[in-house]
Amino acid sequence: MSSSHLKERAAQVLFGIAAGASVLAVVLICVFLFANGLPAMAQIGLPEFLFGTTWRPANDIYGIFPMIVGSVYVTAGAILVGVPTGLLTALYLSRFASGRVAAVLKPGVELLAGIPSVVYGFFGLVVMVPFIRDTMPGRGLSLLAAAVLLGIMILPTVITVARSALDAVPKKYYEGALALGADHERSVFRVVVPAATSGIVAGVVLGVGRAIGETMAVIMVAGNQPIIPDSIFDGVRTMTANIVLEMGYAADLHRGALVATGVVLFVFILLITALLNAIKKRGEVAS
Amino acid sequence: MNNSLLEKKPATYLPKRQGGVKAGRTVSPRVLKPATGGFAGGAVKEHVAPVVTAEPGVTAALATASEPAAPVKMSVRDLNLYYRDFQALKGINLEFPQNQVTALIGPSGCGKSTLLKSLNRMNDLVAGCRVEGEIILDGQDAYRDVDVNSLRRRVGMVFQQPNPFPMSVYDNVAFGPRTHGVKKRADLDDIVEQSLRDAAIWDELKDRLKKNALGLSGGQQQRLCIARALAVRPEVLLMDEATSALDPLSTAKIEDLVGELKRKYTVVMVTHNMLQALRVSDQTAFFLLGEMVEAGSTDDIFTNPRDSRTADYVAGRFG
Repeated sequence: MSSSHLKERAAQVLFGIAAGASVLAVVLICVFLFANGLPAMAQIGLPEFLFGTTWRPANDIYGIFPMIVGSVYVTAGAILVGVPTGLLTALYLSRFASGRVAAVLKPGVELLAGIPSVVYGFFGLVVMVPFIRDTMPGRGLSLLAAAVLLGIMILPTVITVARSALDAVPKKYYEGALALGADHERSVFRVVVPAATSGIVAGVVLGVGRAIGETMAVIMVAGNQPIIPDSIFDGVRTMTANIVLEMGYAADLHRGALVATGVVLFVFILLITALLNAIKKRGEVAS
Repeated sequence: MNNSLLEKKPATYLPKRQGGVKAGRTVSPRVLKPATGGFAGGAVKEHVAPVVTAEPGVTAALATASEPAAPVKMSVRDLNLYYRDFQALKGINLEFPQNQVTALIGPSGCGKSTLLKSLNRMNDLVAGCRVEGEIILDGQDAYRDVDVNSLRRRVGMVFQQPNPFPMSVYDNVAFGPRTHGVKKRADLDDIVEQSLRDAAIWDELKDRLKKNALGLSGGQQQRLCIARALAVRPEVLLMDEATSALDPLSTAKIEDLVGELKRKYTVVMVTHNMLQALRVSDQTAFFLLGEMVEAGSTDDIFTNPRDSRTADYVAGRFG
């Protein structure tokens, strides 16, 4: 009795440590980010930092508004490209594809998730950028290239999450619709899809989180000019790109400004996570 | 024993049934009964239309030439049903008279639900399900002559577990009519109200039409599902153990409702509750191991069964 009690106790401690490690990591990252970023923000001035449209470290001018806009544009573009494609794919895999087709597509989608982002970037650089340069205005390295590439990169996230949400819709809803004389398509689109809404939205939000945090592939195709783009064919620099491009040689306030960029990015991710949790909670209430 | 069981029928039930024959429909003989509503020993219900047929083609009317029988709404002829190699139904012949309630009873796994689900082809969803024989709806073969979606519109179904869609009460009921092309808001409003009234739940839900249906109690959900099924104006209503997940009070409400519904619809219900079959059905068919052992008027099945297995089952000796 006491030995089993001891074992239980030991297991509890072990699990506690494991769980604590990830929480500790989050806390440490938070502390580091804010400790290094906030002083720089204060020194630059919060409004100047957030809404300044000029980023010129050589002159100690640190306005990251172009990068915020860049991240938002690129992410929005990725949503436009990736979300409809991803949702329709999830729907197809979940409700329309025959067993054999699904058996081919599913590993394909999983493989898409496993490709390193630098390989995506390479694909973008070698295939997409030249194509855009040849067929459209601009130099190819552009918001458009980054958005399309990111749209492809978020596909696995959107597909996987949305598909499991669709698969989780109880069979009784579908059967209930069929029993009323609705055909397969109507039953799926009017009953199953609405029933899976919260899960589908969760997939989209996770995809957005992935898009906004993506760095390597974006740097390779986006052009990276710290200027607010006038069109989708202009180059664009995201917050993540800003940090990676300059961190190697930055010092003092410049370095602080880059960390502060990380703080802003972190806040964005926090908001997305909070949104996700709110959606999940609403989904639980509904079912 | 039988008498005491019979007298458990709600007192309101009998008058409704007698007065319930709609003008213009085939009229059943109005058998006068004592106003007390009590059934004398072997007294029978108004339609004695044994639904068993010795062989295909022999109609119920022939079997009971003495009394006019209700016309047959739906019938099953020589039905064999297989789940891959397993034969779930063996040579079933059964007729479902119009505006009557037919109960399918039998122990678990006897094939009663399988038969019910083949009437609106919900078995089509089961991989490896194969059907031989005929299922006839108004003279048309349900598997060959009728499009499956229009068959399901005409033969509605209420499931064992209440399955309202996760949307508002109104949208639940309006789903069927919208599916079949009703678009005008006023028409939909009428259908929703009428369907909810027919399912005896309008008064409870009229102020909650915009609320999510999943917030209703189990009994309300099930009656909503009945309303939803009625909203497409079906001709036959299938009920698959529709009260087995409900409390006794909700069950009683739905049983009363079935007595009302048969004025407009032909009802086929699967139940594992023999008292329920006795309370609400006109015909009963008893199934065992994929075979239909016996079918006939509910009173006959319960008071005077021909087959000893039926007698054992309705007496509660097995199952």
